[in-house]
Amino acid sequence: MAEASTVPKNVASEPRPSVRSLLLSAEVDARLLGLIAALVVIWVGFNIMSGGLFLTSRNLWNLSVQSASVGIMATGMVLIIVSRNIDLSVGSVLTFTGMTMAMLQTQWLPESLLGQPYTWVIVLAIGLLVGAAIGAIQGFIIAYLMVPSFIVTLGGLLIWAGFAFEEASGQTISPLDTVFQLLGGGPVGSLGEIASWAIGALACVGIVYSLIASRRRRRRYGFPVRPRWAEGSLMVISVVVVLGAVWVANSYYWPAALAEQYGKGLNTPVGIANPVLIAIGVAIVMTIVATRRRFGRYVFAIGGNPEAAELGGINTRRTIMLTFVIMSTLAALSAAILSARLNAGVTGLGAQAELYVIAAAVIGGTSFAGGIGTIPGAVLGAVVMQSLQSGMVLLRVDSPIQDIVVGIVLVAAVGTDAALRRRAT
Amino acid sequence: MNEPSMSTDPVVPPPLPMTAASTKASPSTKGVPLVEMRDIKIAFGGVHAVDGVSVDLYPGEVIGLVGGNGAGKSTLIRALSGARPADSGEIRINGEVVSINNPRDAKAYGIETIYQQLALADNVDAAANMFLGRELTTRFGSLDDSAMEAATRKVMGRLNPKFKNFKTPVKSLSGGQRQSVAIARAVHFNAKILIMDEPTAALGPAETAQVRDLVSQLKSEGIGIFLISHDIHDVFDLADRISVMLQGKLVGTVDKTKVTMDEVLAMIIIGKLPDEVTQTELAGLHG
Repeated sequence: MAEASTVPKNVASEPRPSVRSLLLSAEVDARLLGLIAALVVIWVGFNIMSGGLFLTSRNLWNLSVQSASVGIMATGMVLIIVSRNIDLSVGSVLTFTGMTMAMLQTQWLPESLLGQPYTWVIVLAIGLLVGAAIGAIQGFIIAYLMVPSFIVTLGGLLIWAGFAFEEASGQTISPLDTVFQLLGGGPVGSLGEIASWAIGALACVGIVYSLIASRRRRRRYGFPVRPRWAEGSLMVISVVVVLGAVWVANSYYWPAALAEQYGKGLNTPVGIANPVLIAIGVAIVMTIVATRRRFGRYVFAIGGNPEAAELGGINTRRTIMLTFVIMSTLAALSAAILSARLNAGVTGLGAQAELYVIAAAVIGGTSFAGGIGTIPGAVLGAVVMQSLQSGMVLLRVDSPIQDIVVGIVLVAAVGTDAALRRRAT
Repeated sequence: MNEPSMSTDPVVPPPLPMTAASTKASPSTKGVPLVEMRDIKIAFGGVHAVDGVSVDLYPGEVIGLVGGNGAGKSTLIRALSGARPADSGEIRINGEVVSINNPRDAKAYGIETIYQQLALADNVDAAANMFLGRELTTRFGSLDDSAMEAATRKVMGRLNPKFKNFKTPVKSLSGGQRQSVAIARAVHFNAKILIMDEPTAALGPAETAQVRDLVSQLKSEGIGIFLISHDIHDVFDLADRISVMLQGKLVGTVDKTKVTMDEVLAMIIIGKLPDEVTQTELAGLHG
């Protein structure tokens, strides 16, 4: 539509370097940097306090698996909160869809479909559809019947937990399909050494390619681009982080007993766990949806100014409804991972998950005022929450004290964020 | 979408209210009007916010729509922009009856609106606002931010050459810069009919002058403009004809060159046309 040649070239002049302008010219998100700094402090702190137990490949690998389910749901919660809504039902939706999938693979599916190599696909597909349907119902009531999301999903919290109890009469459903179990991780449900390195290499290529492509695009239009040093350091740092993470995952070996049972040698690297791979995939897709698609742009516009979005001709109701469909589908995906890891469908599977998911999104910089939030931030927020918990478990902190600490951290994080935001404007 | 429909009224177009017909229009108003709004009625609960108002707009013409607070100006115009469809009445674009039920319908007829509250999403940048609801996408269906930024830079280069903040959320921009983003949206999408609701309310003197220049420029390009304003000086400077509303009804439409500012004030305040108002009443306006 627009000709590149007509754009004036003199749009940017190099600013004098200071720490602030360096960061600005590198276009690095300061909030995200702060979150990473907080995470480093937490990790190093716990490592010192636990006498070196925290920063071990085993603990970090466990941390990654434990963060996966909350991380997956937090990406959906970002869209919900950005558009000025809330979803309190994710924990109960998780429990209900988890129980549904457990019942499907143990009792409900016809005998001929059980125990097949493809059984997990059918179960997962139905589970995700059930999640999407729940989201559609709740989203419809919120967007079209204009019942506040707080109320609808508070009702949903009770309703879906109740259904989850009813469909299995409160029993624990176990064991699950052996292939389905691989979704939950564990050494068996992980990629192994070679595939992990391959994924890592692929990720590095992807990062470098997208940075170069975006630079080329901006060049072509004559827009200001990041300075070369910034672009270069960003590439190097990203590649080091990705390969470092793969190295950590591959430094965790199969426990001796399990290795023997599966006929593996000693010192067999476990590699990236399946749930972590799924979470990374979800985070990438959701980042694209949030920043590169019309739908995501509309979610943010609605959060920034609902009236402007409406006047701009955006179908705001459909957009809001879709955010709830995505949220509940992601809750179903997390349900598959959690029940696969437990090897059971249980009635308490998602209890209080909504609180951790909302906390992760908010710690990750999502604002309740609407319009502000990032997917990578929310995933990091989930890792921060999980790090706190798992660190306190290592230090043998009692569970009630853990809750108190997590609560305080949540309020403090949002308080700090709000204070910084006020100063910035 | 272009199918004529709407009109809950009988087939015969309703007659103009007496007051509106009593004043002759300026010479430019010949041929088919760009916009005709006939007997528009809009009620909120029991309150008739707009009660049987008829106005029209010709290409290259600026209609100043004035009246006190609550006179119904904005409500009338929201029926044209699709923000709040009329309860009854008829809207014709280029002589054809149209149905405008939402902002998308209005945009399809080349109607662009600059709202009083600017209607910008504060948390996204200028390009995202300019293309809000009409984003450019690549062949993979993803947002083509570079193309949108380029188009925004191009339009801004014309409207407000000093504008530089293409990457920051519009929240951090000044009132004038925000206004130029809103206007850029209308200009870029080749508006044929432009609605400006208090376009200078939030602006300083220099920025107001800029908006005035822009209105003249758009007018010379044959765009029809509805200008809603509290500021009678603004209206006298820019408008060709002035339509006055009082308590939901149209007092009348007058040719700017044939009335004085006091006579328009009399229409706004006491609802009397220039040939009805007495000298004492005119003098009383300044009492």
